[in-house]
Amino acid sequence: MIRRCLRLVLLALLASSAHATEPWTLDLLMQHLADRSGGAVDFVERKYLAILDQPVVSSGRMRFTPPGRLERQTVSPKPETMVLDGDNLSIRRDGRELDLRLRDYPEAAAFIDSIRGTLAGDRATLERRFHLSLAGDREAWSLDLLPNDGHLAELVLRIHIEGEGGHIRSIEILQGDGDRSVMTLRPAAGPPA
Amino acid sequence: MSRRALFIAVWLLVVALCVGNVFRTRFTADLSAFLPSSPTEEQALLVDLLRDGMVSRLLLVGIRGGTAAERAAVSNAMTGAMRQDPRFLSVTNGARGHSEADRAWVFDNRYLLSPAVDAEHFSDAGLYHAISHTMDLLASSAGLMIKPLLARDPTAETLAVLDSFTGGSQPARRDGVWASADGERALLLATTRAPGSDTDGQETAIGAIRDAFVVARESHGSRDLALMMTGPGVFAVDARETIRSEITRLSMIGAALIITMLLVIYRSLAALALGLAPVVTGALAGILAVSLAFGEVHGITLGFGITLIGEAIDYAIYFFVQGAARARDAFWRTIRLGVVTSLCGFGALLLSGFPGLAQLGTYSMAGLLAAVLTTRFVLPALTPAGFRARDVAPLGRWLSRPILAMTRLRWPAVAVALAAATLLWQQRDTLWHHELSALSPIPLAAQQLDAMLRADLGAPDTRFLVVTSASSAEHALQQAEALAPTLEGLQAEGQIAAYDSPARLLPSLRTQQGRRDALPAPDQLRQRLARATETLPLKAARLEGFIEDVQAARERPLLSPATLAGTGIGLGLEAMLIRQGDHWRALLPLSSPRGDQGMRDLDAERIGQAVATADVPQTVFIDLAKESQRMYATYLREAWTAGLAGVAAIVVVLLATLRSPARVLRLVLPLTAAVLVVTATVVLSGEHLTLLHLVGMLLVGAVGSNYALFFVTADPAEGLPEPETLASLLIANLTTLCGFGVLALSSVPVMHAIGVIVGPGAMLALCFSAMFAARPRHVVA
Repeated sequence: MIRRCLRLVLLALLASSAHATEPWTLDLLMQHLADRSGGAVDFVERKYLAILDQPVVSSGRMRFTPPGRLERQTVSPKPETMVLDGDNLSIRRDGRELDLRLRDYPEAAAFIDSIRGTLAGDRATLERRFHLSLAGDREAWSLDLLPNDGHLAELVLRIHIEGEGGHIRSIEILQGDGDRSVMTLRPAAGPPA
Repeated sequence: MSRRALFIAVWLLVVALCVGNVFRTRFTADLSAFLPSSPTEEQALLVDLLRDGMVSRLLLVGIRGGTAAERAAVSNAMTGAMRQDPRFLSVTNGARGHSEADRAWVFDNRYLLSPAVDAEHFSDAGLYHAISHTMDLLASSAGLMIKPLLARDPTAETLAVLDSFTGGSQPARRDGVWASADGERALLLATTRAPGSDTDGQETAIGAIRDAFVVARESHGSRDLALMMTGPGVFAVDARETIRSEITRLSMIGAALIITMLLVIYRSLAALALGLAPVVTGALAGILAVSLAFGEVHGITLGFGITLIGEAIDYAIYFFVQGAARARDAFWRTIRLGVVTSLCGFGALLLSGFPGLAQLGTYSMAGLLAAVLTTRFVLPALTPAGFRARDVAPLGRWLSRPILAMTRLRWPAVAVALAAATLLWQQRDTLWHHELSALSPIPLAAQQLDAMLRADLGAPDTRFLVVTSASSAEHALQQAEALAPTLEGLQAEGQIAAYDSPARLLPSLRTQQGRRDALPAPDQLRQRLARATETLPLKAARLEGFIEDVQAARERPLLSPATLAGTGIGLGLEAMLIRQGDHWRALLPLSSPRGDQGMRDLDAERIGQAVATADVPQTVFIDLAKESQRMYATYLREAWTAGLAGVAAIVVVLLATLRSPARVLRLVLPLTAAVLVVTATVVLSGEHLTLLHLVGMLLVGAVGSNYALFFVTADPAEGLPEPETLASLLIANLTTLCGFGVLALSSVPVMHAIGVIVGPGAMLALCFSAMFAARPRHVVA
């Protein structure tokens, strides 16, 4: 018992010393993300389209279960449930269900992998398709994902993620045609709104 | 001499004609010859689907082995090659790109096709609702999909049309192409230009698929891949091949057996050659008659041809063995009577409404007549002067003792026959095979492969259909549209899971016209859009493309079946909108709702009622599986009636000739007993009877009546026929046993069925005839 307590104290000391001295690196960010992954967040997504005067907004709750399950429940404007589990994507809306295999839609897969990879702190997956560049420090970092193949770049110019420690604050996707979408996240509170 | 030369010359001419004909004859093996020729409305549909419909043209292809990437590459290469091939109407492997053209067509014609389009839809309020709905979609996970269409299609009509098109679920994909659910097989779907009933056309199409596969496999260096194929065409081609090879193999075996036996008995090559002349002539004449009457010869008819050897060779045997000994006139009288009774039996088959059965009758009658005429006129002319077959009288004399002994078994035989009759009566409900597929020469393994690939592809279950007929495509489509509310009601009730309709792919001209008329003029639309989008993020000013497209749609010609020809959508339409003569049919397939234990059956009565109350003219609900069973039952019943009519005709002929009911009874009784006993034995061995068993029974009667006649027409003073006759009967019987017994070994169910009945049946017929022969007076005294 005493030995276990000692070990915990030691660990805590080690961690705080690391906190104080270690520079903020990609590996560290990924480790933080991986540690914090899982659990629910509320999201608000705004899509800015050139053709529209105002963005279209949707909101709901997102839950990530490592290693590969992402559930997105949209509440507004229309209820919709999207579940991504491994390779299977299912979308339920208006009482109808659509089941897809992710590998059949390589473009969408790249998109989704970027978000899932970030949530999971999975650097290897992210680097398969993107160049990563990190800026800022632990309290306010930003991570840019730039596609490393031309085909994907036609669809996505850049994915810009901001956060604090192991929390992601926002994901901005800049699309190939100049439109963009911004999803802001905060820890889930109360019933999904 | 001149008479003799004339006979030979005529015979040679006929044989030459027949041989020439054989090379021009088309042989088929598809089941459609065994479908009724004057069917009911429902049957006509079924026949149409099976014979020429899209269903009959589908070939399902699987590629297994290797890696998923190799399978996908070969699948794409094959698809590319086959699409260049005029033998295919369409080839699909699920790869994207193929449907691009279809999607473009849908986009171009969206205002004629979309079920949402009406005047209300284009009012201020309608536009507001439609565009806000699109905004919601844009916010959803599917938002990316509709974004490119937004400026020209802000009311999302393209999506509405595509939604209404995708009734069935699509197969899974692996590496971009269709694959089985477990991903282990890549899948392709090809539609041939040749209808399913064109076996030659199907064969070349199947060859083209094999070639495309081999080429694709070689060019990708993936040797581990294997090809699987199924579909009605594959079945027909395989069946023909099986029948062909089995006929060759079995007729060789049968002929070898018979020839050996005849050589042993005649000890003369000349006699053997002469004896085969009627057989060959009969077989050739049969083919000629059938191909003249029906335009083609079915493989099953041909398989039946071997069986004729059994009967035709008997004539030559009787002629050689008895002709010399017996008074010529009496001999030919008996033979003539035998032929007439056989003709009565087979003639009954001609009355059948099923071309397959009528072919069997035609073949047998023509073959038998040719054989007996050859025996009567050509054999004597061909037989060298002074030719004498070996004397078999000793064999006959030796036989008469056991035959006399057998007459004492008369009553036990009757008891056995009665027991057989009782057994058959008791099992009368389970005796018969009730599926049309019982006649199908498709082996079980092939049926399983078919089921597997169909399940892989999620090929639609076309068992339940609502069919509506009209005198024009337009009216058929209008009727299909009129059925929609009823079917949607059934769907809402949960009676059906979904339905499909040709009117979804191609609305009637009336509906299209209505939609086109509902589209507002540019200025009007511009004003309405301005009002509708006031509070929306998408403003009218950005929607000039939409206004242009609506204006273009107002001037677009309406769509007809012809404008769809050759497109993927046209193919889908062709499967559901069928032309037959000056008649059009719209097919609306219903899919069964999913129950707790998989699919559950539809409540046919409830649906039939709902469809009837919809009050759409000439509309029926059909359960194709039930319909095909019913058709087979009709077929069976007809064969029964034909068989009984044949028996009745035989009895009448015998009564008129023999002028003695007692003798007729003595003739008919043993044959009946033989048929009963052999049928009961087959049933006891666990086989279900099919129509071909019934044909076999008829044959037992035809062959057996010859034996019985010789016994019945024997000199009453002697009781038994002369020794030569007895010997010839035994020889004839053995040849029949060889010819038919070999058939029983066939893997083709049809040939097996005939063989298993006729071989043993003929043997029994001879035994029973002997038992019921009159006891010679001096023995009795």
